[in-house]
Amino acid sequence: MTAVELAGITKRFPGVVANHDIHLTVRKGTVHALVGENGAGKSTLMKILYGMQKPDEGTIAVDGGKVAFSSPADAIARGIGMVHQHFMLADNLTVLENVVLGSEKLHGIGAKARRRITEISERYGLGVRPDVLVEELGVAARQRVEILKVLYRGARTLILDEPTAVLVPQEVDALFDNLRELKSEGLSVIFISHKLGEVLSVADEITVIRRGTTVGTAVPAGTTPRQLAELMVGSELPTPETAESTVTDRAVLTVDTLRLAAPGGKALLDDISFTIHAGEVLGIAGVEGNGQTELVDALIGLRQADSGTIRFLDQDITALPTRKRREQGVGYIPEDRHRHGLLLEAPLWENRILGHVTEKPNSKGVWLDPKGSQEDTRRIVETYDVRTPGIDVTAASLSGGNQQKLIVGREMSHKPRFLIAAHPTRGVDVGAQAAIWDHIREARREGLAVLLISADLDELIGLSDTLRVIYDGKLVADADPAAVTPEELGSAMTGAASGHLEHEEPPADGDEPERTVPPAADGPDRTVPPAGGGPGAQEARGDGADAEDTPGHGVPGADRNPGDAGPDAEKTRGDAGPDADKIRGDGGSGAEDEAR
Amino acid sequence: MKKFDKERVLLAVAGPVIALAVAFVLSAIVLIASGKNPVEPFALMFEQAGFSDIQVLIVNQASMYYIAALAVAIGFRMNLFNIGVDGQYQLAAMMAAIVGAHANLPAALQIPLLLLTAALTGAFWSGIAGVLKITRGVSEVVATIMLNSIATAVIGYLWLPDVFGVKIGNNNTTGEMHESGWVPGIDMGAAGEIYGLVILAVVLGIGYWLVLNRTRFGFDLRASGASESAAAASGVSPKRMVLTAMLLSGGLAGLAGLPILLGDTHTYSLNFPTGIGFLGIGIALLGRNSPVGIAFAALLWAWLDKASPELDFHGYDKEIAVIMQGLIVLAVVVSYEAVREWGLRRQQRRVGAELAAGHVLGATDNTEKEVAGR
Repeated sequence: MTAVELAGITKRFPGVVANHDIHLTVRKGTVHALVGENGAGKSTLMKILYGMQKPDEGTIAVDGGKVAFSSPADAIARGIGMVHQHFMLADNLTVLENVVLGSEKLHGIGAKARRRITEISERYGLGVRPDVLVEELGVAARQRVEILKVLYRGARTLILDEPTAVLVPQEVDALFDNLRELKSEGLSVIFISHKLGEVLSVADEITVIRRGTTVGTAVPAGTTPRQLAELMVGSELPTPETAESTVTDRAVLTVDTLRLAAPGGKALLDDISFTIHAGEVLGIAGVEGNGQTELVDALIGLRQADSGTIRFLDQDITALPTRKRREQGVGYIPEDRHRHGLLLEAPLWENRILGHVTEKPNSKGVWLDPKGSQEDTRRIVETYDVRTPGIDVTAASLSGGNQQKLIVGREMSHKPRFLIAAHPTRGVDVGAQAAIWDHIREARREGLAVLLISADLDELIGLSDTLRVIYDGKLVADADPAAVTPEELGSAMTGAASGHLEHEEPPADGDEPERTVPPAADGPDRTVPPAGGGPGAQEARGDGADAEDTPGHGVPGADRNPGDAGPDAEKTRGDAGPDADKIRGDGGSGAEDEAR
Repeated sequence: MKKFDKERVLLAVAGPVIALAVAFVLSAIVLIASGKNPVEPFALMFEQAGFSDIQVLIVNQASMYYIAALAVAIGFRMNLFNIGVDGQYQLAAMMAAIVGAHANLPAALQIPLLLLTAALTGAFWSGIAGVLKITRGVSEVVATIMLNSIATAVIGYLWLPDVFGVKIGNNNTTGEMHESGWVPGIDMGAAGEIYGLVILAVVLGIGYWLVLNRTRFGFDLRASGASESAAAASGVSPKRMVLTAMLLSGGLAGLAGLPILLGDTHTYSLNFPTGIGFLGIGIALLGRNSPVGIAFAALLWAWLDKASPELDFHGYDKEIAVIMQGLIVLAVVVSYEAVREWGLRRQQRRVGAELAAGHVLGATDNTEKEVAGR
């Protein structure tokens, strides 16, 4: 039985990849994964299915009948619900209140609604308690509330937009268990992701989208991540791997016992100390909201530290204003480029000035130098392959990847000695991602010190020379990127592990989240993630039974020495992903947020 | 690239043209609804614009509107709403009148002294709102409205005979200013005199453009207006920028009353024009905060003001001009937002289309492969 069928969907859309002749058939009682790189058109397609946008051509059929949605309300009425990537919950209301909000007519707002919520929660194993305030819930629990919200409204087909982006590996497993419950009850799930490992483990069918059109379908049993990845990108896969260490012993940035408190007195950052040397990339791993934003703000000068010092080269910059810091060579690729990196309605060449207005070629004395900055903008556009018809168009008319390339180009053009790179490749396409990684690597060779913050663990492990884990405002763990697995990082990201993360033989029962091992355990047989180099890796994954296995084990060819730049270094992102899904059943899944 | 420039001009003109057209039509509807001829009043007013004496009046009036609107516009450019231009210019004009009546320097010093007095008074008055905003987070809208009332009270106090006031008949004045502070007008023969300080308005307009578009400071100010968060990340101190912009706005506002004070009345009395600051808001809106646009808007407003009294002689109410001013402001707000969004979308579409057609600046197939191959 077909739950949803999209046929020949075409959507012409300004500035970004349009949907073109997309075909998608979702059977009832299945999890259907929709994969594709950022910007491939997945979200647009789902917005069409959810009634947020109208297709220019093509038809949508639900349960065999043709439909035309003009708003999400229409879609909900036909049993299609969407769980957005960014949750839409009111923090200061209870779960019950959040769920009934806007659907008061269904079961009222009182006991009947509460009964219904408990019923749904039990039926699908969501573990949602109706009377808890949403602000007391962790990310994973909030997500389950969102799912419940959709189910409460009678959805039979759920769209989950990158649901795992905000979860640590252990929470991902719990989510997948929920999804399996849903499909066993006959519901359909459309699962949007670009993480192939997850897709292969949870999906029954996979549709791949590239450049706005469907390029293939697959079933997990008959495909490898590599094949999928190549379908997705359509070309050779880029890798974030850095070839050889360029770390020097010249300290560029030294942060000492930095502390930053919220107005209420709660420490947002506490006892943060680290040093970044010339030629070193220091990666910070952590679930979003654990102090990364505050750390970046403190380093760029948007917030003043309450105590502690920041030294840049030989100077104490703790009290320097943002502009002085930037003038002295601190580059900044902000986390949210729309809020902190661009003037969306200003032309590109004015955006080139932003942040560097006091520097050449943007100004001479107190006067702006529009000619100079325009010329340099043209250079950046060419060197950094920013796709634009000209430099007079507004930044808003570029796609996200091109906006990011412009920002990277701008920051790199001023020869920074220290670069803050917060999610430098978020939302950019593969080509741009590779180019941005390349630029960072190149500058690093020339002695640039980089603070890298990323939600993409593969990017972190691949680019960093040193890794730190931030949790609840503290740097709780450190790791050698050549010898740590995404799941070990994941443990530390939930606060379950701390200290120096070292790979270790897993305990027999396999569900011990603590992986703290003294450095003495250092041995030559450390496995190197995000490996999966050998063909065995592909066989192992997707097989839920061996979930206790940590990656590398039972994967021939995955062992290598740290820093080994052998053929394994050629491994691709696509290969790296699958390891992440093996942590499924790794124990402690979801335990953290239940406790909160 | 020229295409996008043309596009910009088109967008810049489309907003006001639509707004004016809508306002004319709506005013005509008002006239029809009250049983009057919907066309004749406009014909009469257009006719008025042809008379040279009316033209002089229009230019004189427009010069003050222009300066007041610039003051408002500089706030708008960084998302500050200085609604207190009215209080600032009145208080500033009074202080200038008082100084002009008591100090007596040679003209070459006296006039700059008066300009400076007015600018500093205006800046001081708006600066209070600025300081309140950055230290206590008080909305500048509320603070400047309150300061308007306080300014009225302060003016009343200064008019007291034992303070600086001089009673002439029933009129409160600040006494006649010394002649060294009078700015000679430009003689237009029978049509009258154009205020000398019309030149000041022009200079301020040029200065406004230069500072905003060609200096680092102007860039920071515009960036703050476009996106406070992006500006802060780029190194602009938001607080300092708020205070600076408020001071500048108030300083400009302080000059708004001077063309008539130094060119005609030579005293600050009960007859001194009020409400210019509020009109300046509408004019700045209509002029899209651009110095040229504001000039046209100020002339339009002055025309409506100076041509409308004639209507009374033909059985129409001159208030039709006021209705029209109100309708223009309403229409402007709506049409600008619509045109702005339409323009953004249109540009995005065009950029998308151009990229799809392969018109990419500087990118060849080579670079594409190179990137993909990495």
